[in-house]
Amino acid sequence: MLAKRIIPCLDVKDGRTVKGIRFEGLADVGDPVELGARYATEGADELVYLDISASREERSAFTRLVGRVADRVNIPFTVGGGISSADDAAALLDAGADKVTVNSGAVRNPGLITEIARRYGSQFIVVAIDARMCEDGEIHVTTHGGSRMTDRLLLPWAIEACERGAGEILFTSMDHDGTRGGYPVDIYSRLAESLPVPVIASGGAGGMADIADVLTSGRADAALAASIFHYGEITIKELKTYLRSRNIPVRL
Amino acid sequence: MIAIVDYSAGNIRSVTNALGRLGTEWTLTASPEALRRADRVILPGVGHAGEALERLRGAGLDSVICDLRRPVLGICVGMQVMCRDTEEGPAAGLGIFDAHVRHFVKSSPQDKIPHVGWNTISNMEKGLFKGICPGEYVYFVHSYYAHLCPDTVATTRFGSDGMMFSAALKYENFYATQFHPEKSGRTGELILRNFLEL
Repeated sequence: MLAKRIIPCLDVKDGRTVKGIRFEGLADVGDPVELGARYATEGADELVYLDISASREERSAFTRLVGRVADRVNIPFTVGGGISSADDAAALLDAGADKVTVNSGAVRNPGLITEIARRYGSQFIVVAIDARMCEDGEIHVTTHGGSRMTDRLLLPWAIEACERGAGEILFTSMDHDGTRGGYPVDIYSRLAESLPVPVIASGGAGGMADIADVLTSGRADAALAASIFHYGEITIKELKTYLRSRNIPVRL
Repeated sequence: MIAIVDYSAGNIRSVTNALGRLGTEWTLTASPEALRRADRVILPGVGHAGEALERLRGAGLDSVICDLRRPVLGICVGMQVMCRDTEEGPAAGLGIFDAHVRHFVKSSPQDKIPHVGWNTISNMEKGLFKGICPGEYVYFVHSYYAHLCPDTVATTRFGSDGMMFSAALKYENFYATQFHPEKSGRTGELILRNFLEL
């Protein structure tokens, strides 16, 4: 039986892993390669590395970092952050990434999903969606780390992304991210029902019970988290032991 | 020396890195001579099986691979092209394994394609799977599968109805895995090591 996946996420800036709350106030939590290797040993199923730097020089440093991760880590890893062309994706794939994740770049140019899927296959492309509830009562897609609102709505955009070739959808609710108050389980279960591809839940986990909820009631295929792992509050082993005790299939 | 078949099969860096972590020397080559001389040959593959077969045939490597007498390991699409035929194209395969490759069919809306993630393997034969216990997890990413056949040496299941298919195949000196041993943590490293020590 396919296991539910636990995916630590590492935000990388200036070659270090950082973690912020809603992208404000970043704390340094360690070397990305060492941290990723440690998570892999502890039982992480995949890793996600996001480049949150801005400049072109930093971008090439990130690509070199991806190469070091590929040398070291024996589980799949996804990279992203600022990918706006198929060539950006190609550079990261050549450096050894297993998948890329696109976010704002795909909202700006949905053809980017089609192009990457056509060139490298759907299994290479994860479409990340940041969205938040608006005053009109609808969940709107945002870009640039949640700071810019768009007219697109979550569900139609997720469906379009899949039709264009997304192999997985990574959804973050900006209303919950960094709050540690739990995931919006109802939204995840609606996504899982509507989409033909795996859904990864991200942003909002405060504890192990939240992750169990999103993988059961929320019907997510995987859960991505950062702070709870980076600060050592919960180890991946503890989390998986707990999930198994709740009859959730995990790789232990 | 381990030879990796060079036929623009997509990202092979994960394979070379895994061999590097095992401390093994490798060479990436499309030379029939080098492939025949190699102690072990790995046929990687990512992407479209029909196109992969076209490239292999275009480079004249199809018959070279079929005639190899030392251990050969196909991985993922590398496994699928070694089968009898594939629906992805559709295309005739190399015909080494007696299996057809088909697209997954959902038996319920909950089933997700591609089959991506860690799944358990069972019914393993020794050899490639020496020291691996039934129920251990390996990493899969694929939308097409090889059905069960006399060459099946490991199985796994897909979807809510638990359809069983081939996780690995073997015929004489030819071995292949649908999953990615190079991405399957310590279990995968052991499988690769077993292949190197066959």
